[in-house]
Amino acid sequence: MRNASAIANLRAQIAQIEGQSRPNGGVLPFGLPVVDARLPGGGLALGALHEVTGGGQGSIDAAAAALFSAGIAARTEGPVFWICTRPDLFAPSLAQAGLPPDRVIYVEAGDDKTVLACAEEALRHGSLGAVVAEIACMTMTASRRLQLAVEGSRTIGLALRRWRRPADATDFGQPTSAVTRWRISSLPSSPLPVPGVGRHRWFVELVRTRAGESAAFELEACDEQGHLAVPAELADRPVATGGWGHSAVG
Amino acid sequence: MALAKAQMLVPGLSIHDAAPAEDEEGLHRLALWILQRFSPLVSADPPDGIVIDSTGADHLHGGEGAMLDAIIGRLAMSGVEARAAIADSWGAAHALARHLARSTFVAERGRTLFLLSPLPLEALRLPVTMTADLRTLGFRTIGDLHRQPRAPLALRFGPQLARRLDQALGEMAEPIDPIQPLGQIEARRVFAEPIAAAETIARYIGKLVTTLCAALEARGLGACRLDLLVHRVDNRLQAVRVGMALPTRDARRLTRLLCDKIETIDPGFGIETMVLVAASAEPLAMKQAASSLVEAARPDISGLVDTLANRIGGRALYRMAAVASDVPERSVQRIPAMAPDTGSGWPDHWPRPARLLARPDPIETMALLPDHPPASFTWQGVRRRVRRADGPERVFGEWWKRDAELEAVRDYFRVEDEAGERYWIYRAGDGEDPATGSHRWFLHGIFG
Repeated sequence: MRNASAIANLRAQIAQIEGQSRPNGGVLPFGLPVVDARLPGGGLALGALHEVTGGGQGSIDAAAAALFSAGIAARTEGPVFWICTRPDLFAPSLAQAGLPPDRVIYVEAGDDKTVLACAEEALRHGSLGAVVAEIACMTMTASRRLQLAVEGSRTIGLALRRWRRPADATDFGQPTSAVTRWRISSLPSSPLPVPGVGRHRWFVELVRTRAGESAAFELEACDEQGHLAVPAELADRPVATGGWGHSAVG
Repeated sequence: MALAKAQMLVPGLSIHDAAPAEDEEGLHRLALWILQRFSPLVSADPPDGIVIDSTGADHLHGGEGAMLDAIIGRLAMSGVEARAAIADSWGAAHALARHLARSTFVAERGRTLFLLSPLPLEALRLPVTMTADLRTLGFRTIGDLHRQPRAPLALRFGPQLARRLDQALGEMAEPIDPIQPLGQIEARRVFAEPIAAAETIARYIGKLVTTLCAALEARGLGACRLDLLVHRVDNRLQAVRVGMALPTRDARRLTRLLCDKIETIDPGFGIETMVLVAASAEPLAMKQAASSLVEAARPDISGLVDTLANRIGGRALYRMAAVASDVPERSVQRIPAMAPDTGSGWPDHWPRPARLLARPDPIETMALLPDHPPASFTWQGVRRRVRRADGPERVFGEWWKRDAELEAVRDYFRVEDEAGERYWIYRAGDGEDPATGSHRWFLHGIFG
């Protein structure tokens, strides 16, 4: 008991040293106990920066990572800014991940520097739901600036890392100020009793989390409300009735 | 050409008397329109031109080239055929707009001499008789003239020739006398001592904006475009334009937008007058911002949209709206970021890819015709074996809009390879009838 209070005391001291950066603005739970248990506070911290990238081919197209980000943004309140350099996002797919077109404002910036400047401006605004910045190169300084800009609000900052060449993806190992780091890779879809492609599946790696341990999950892609799901054969309980057939098309 | 000759060449020729006064009036009206839409420094350049100082204004339209295209496009829609060029000097732009085969042209900075050299002497804005005399002497192009020593030419033709040449090459200043429509709402500040420091400029911008906002409020208006005109002591005029998505008279926000642009102002030896003009204003009624009785209002993001639009251009900020079309690339359209909610969406019974390639990429496939997905395909040199597939989803051409698509068909498949990566591919044609398409396969999108 004494140990526990000592640890709590130490944690409070560390939080004080870290300044405001400790997310006290609350969290956005995934709604999946498996994932939420691994995140400090039981969910994705609001008012913080998170980094997302794709694995393999996904480091270039970042398709799964974009949908993962869209699913998070869909569950926040308020408008969403999507800042990119290459305008190849297909809006209907975001709507299928729970993000209707009226909520998203796209910002087409010319280069990485402009993306960072626009993202910082948008994060500083404070009343947005989420800001997604598609960016290749992000230094420690840049991520620190974004993190400082978003602190104190309830906005979620998502840096969607996307490179021109697969070799550049080693940049993802560089230090960062982001609170969590995710890597999303495609997995073969959920098997169906008939020929066809089932609900998409991702291998979701929590590569880094502040004050937590890394983890990896095999999850089903976002449904129309932006919720992920645990595949039925992996969960320790039968899937909710009706959920399977309905979500198989998503 | 004599009128009788022209009538003989073209039967039924419609003849109108020349009306130079009306032409000039029309030109002035056009200049006013450009002033409101495009640039703060505009002047009519009779008989047939309009001169625009685009510095400090093109950023709202996504750059110089995009701005020219927008001007020419808008004019073409209202039945005016126009040509435009952007160059370092008034003279060079005048020449390039009139003597190049292209309808829009943006000259590279510092290459004026190279671009002007092959142009004929008529491009120099000289009197007709002088041009004829020069031609008699054997000069054909501006380059010929530029290579000659100046003194003998000046002796023979007077100072005008050298002046026009220098103006075209940008070696001599040629200020634009901008039109100033009556009844504009403006705030003006004349300085006893010229100012130059950025902080001083920022402070006076704040004062000017406060004055202007009071004037706007008295008339119940909000500004959509603001021009800051800066007169320097050496009689140079510079302009900064900011645009707003919605009319506003919020002094703090307008000050911030203008102060973001201070770095584009070159104070030179000092600024003696600053004028702030509401180039375009619209009615703005007061409304209650917050009330404890109604639920929380939607957050106001127009300030953020304005800040970003003035930094990277208004076209770079947009929302997507649904268009009723089955063809994927036509099912989305860009609408302004602050447009009212459309409430529309896409039918969601078929999954759509997260990334849609701007141009479908041809792929090599092994597939059974007519309605089987490919067994494998090669994209970007990598062969992928298809493990699972869904489809076909048949998309017909829009024959009611385009004759060429009368029979066109695309069959879309969602395929998944062994690694689990999912792609959206299609076959042009229905697999049986060659009239419906080439039966080649394309990769069009990437699923997550």
